[in-house]
Amino acid sequence: MRDSRTRSKSRWAAVPLLVFVVIVFGVPMLVLLGGTFTKEGTLSTANLTESLQGAYLTALLGSVKISALVAVLGGVLGTFLAQAVVTSRSRTLREAVLTASGVLANFGGVPLAFAWIATLGNAGVVTTTLGLGGHGWSLYNFWGLTLVYLYFSIPLQVLTVVPALDGLRPQWREAAQNNGASTWQFWRYVGIPVLTPALLGGVVLLFGGAFSAYATAQAMVGSTVPLVTLKIADALTGNVLIGHENVALALSLDMIVVAGLVMAVYLPLQRRSARWLR
Amino acid sequence: MNGARVEFRGLRRRFGSTVALDGLDLTVEPGELIALLGPSGCGKTTALRCLAGFEQPDEGEVLVDGADITRVPANRRDAGMVFQSYSLFPNLNARDNVGFGMRVRKVPAARRHARAQELLELVGLPSVGDRYPHQLSGGQQQRVALARALALEPRVLLLDEPLSALDAKVRVTLREEIRRLQLSLGITTIFVTHDQEEALSMADRVAVLRDGRLEQVADPATLYDRPATPFVAEFVGAMNHLPGLVSGDGVTVLGQTLPVEGRAPGTARADVLVRPEAVLVTPVDASGAEGDGIVMVSSFRGSTARLRVRLSDGTEVLADVPGHDSARFAPGTAVRVGLVDRPVLVSARSETGAAAAVPEPDVV
Repeated sequence: MRDSRTRSKSRWAAVPLLVFVVIVFGVPMLVLLGGTFTKEGTLSTANLTESLQGAYLTALLGSVKISALVAVLGGVLGTFLAQAVVTSRSRTLREAVLTASGVLANFGGVPLAFAWIATLGNAGVVTTTLGLGGHGWSLYNFWGLTLVYLYFSIPLQVLTVVPALDGLRPQWREAAQNNGASTWQFWRYVGIPVLTPALLGGVVLLFGGAFSAYATAQAMVGSTVPLVTLKIADALTGNVLIGHENVALALSLDMIVVAGLVMAVYLPLQRRSARWLR
Repeated sequence: MNGARVEFRGLRRRFGSTVALDGLDLTVEPGELIALLGPSGCGKTTALRCLAGFEQPDEGEVLVDGADITRVPANRRDAGMVFQSYSLFPNLNARDNVGFGMRVRKVPAARRHARAQELLELVGLPSVGDRYPHQLSGGQQQRVALARALALEPRVLLLDEPLSALDAKVRVTLREEIRRLQLSLGITTIFVTHDQEEALSMADRVAVLRDGRLEQVADPATLYDRPATPFVAEFVGAMNHLPGLVSGDGVTVLGQTLPVEGRAPGTARADVLVRPEAVLVTPVDASGAEGDGIVMVSSFRGSTARLRVRLSDGTEVLADVPGHDSARFAPGTAVRVGLVDRPVLVSARSETGAAAAVPEPDVV
């Protein structure tokens, strides 16, 4: 009797959270779905079709391309940095790197863009000091944007991977050695397979971070680099064509589908990793 | 499998200012199971790790069948090891864990799996081959780890407190199985433990370590009955410290004069070390005669009961009585106290002359 009363109270405690979720997630989702499948007042898939054609498709693919590149490069570099920190056994270095990573992983948007513009933009301090402009250097293109995205992605990978590397028990390495395995064989048969879910999980997070980034790209490259987030903003504000607000909603739905696919890969991997490293 | 002869010669190992091994000399005979016993930090695990190749001694040598393996890498030593816990590879099922060493040596999969299955049957787990470590209980995991350690038919088996993370019942079962396997395979085994009961019940010989040095190495009965030093006497089993007076070859304690085991100390006043089972207690009958002491606590342990008796001079004595007699020794009972007439170990008494603290009856 008391149990059911306690359960009932617990349910009521969750109500504010549910209301919050409905307002900030459910309602916008309904608006998005409604707008995506409505064309001139009638039910239609035209917006969705248009979002997957021409410049919109180019932008979607551009976002996937830069996100994949940032995820792979950030994943690899971040993992090496994390491994260096973990194996250094220096507490000071570890704390310094983890604190810096915590700050840098959350450094984004317009401030990040201006920090880079002031440093490596056409009139940036480093660009002018080293005369990089004369060597064809430009921050305002695909590779420049990739570099800036890596600036917050590598620290994010460090934060994701360090706990997994810490979870690699020394007994596993010793047991492998005891069974005649070399260092490489330990990594091949045990270390890498155990870490793979966590590493891929980190890569997926980096992909998501780069895929959804908007303000940094907007401040840095405007529409020079085709990205889906920039296209959505253009369509919503009527920057290029007016009356394309519902196409923007359809592009948002495309993004949700891509993010959903990414999460569908990430969550099972994360669950498996957590079980192994428990 | 054939057991190898293992020798530690003058092994020294320091970690910063801590001396883990301070000139350890010990020989383990082929096919023998020897337990390294001692308190935390005595160097027993370091010695084992030096033999496994996970630690390099600062000085001294480790020999297996006469060959110096001190500088041989860990992955080229012919020794299987079972760790304290959590050493199974989490991404491999039980069969692949057992077959790991064979996989590294490129043994064909079919042969590897057949051999792994054989070993799983040997450790009593014929049907867990497909299960992952997180799907096994602690006892099952340690059995799989044992099978993995035996897979490459090593000539030395190293057990680093493999039972310490298990519950009491599983621990007893598994230690019996380890011993059975060790005897049937004839493999030289070195077993590190801080649990004296485990050491005494499993080992052919027990080596007691203290501060990186060997205090005594002997068979369990000798170690228990004739400890070479007060430390061993204190560490292995429960022990009473009773005040005594040395005279000639004997010592007078609780009004009895008993022969001294080994050499008597030069001082007249001494600590006489007596096991609880060597203390005789009898309840004072109803005639009203005065006893030597009063039972303070009685702890029933099945076949025996352990009493804590306070003597009239305040000294406390532990005594064991048969379990079925425990009802006669309820707390508050007046008892006479005597000692079994056999040689006792005697050590110099401290300046204060105070008897050392006697452990609680339920802490052995």
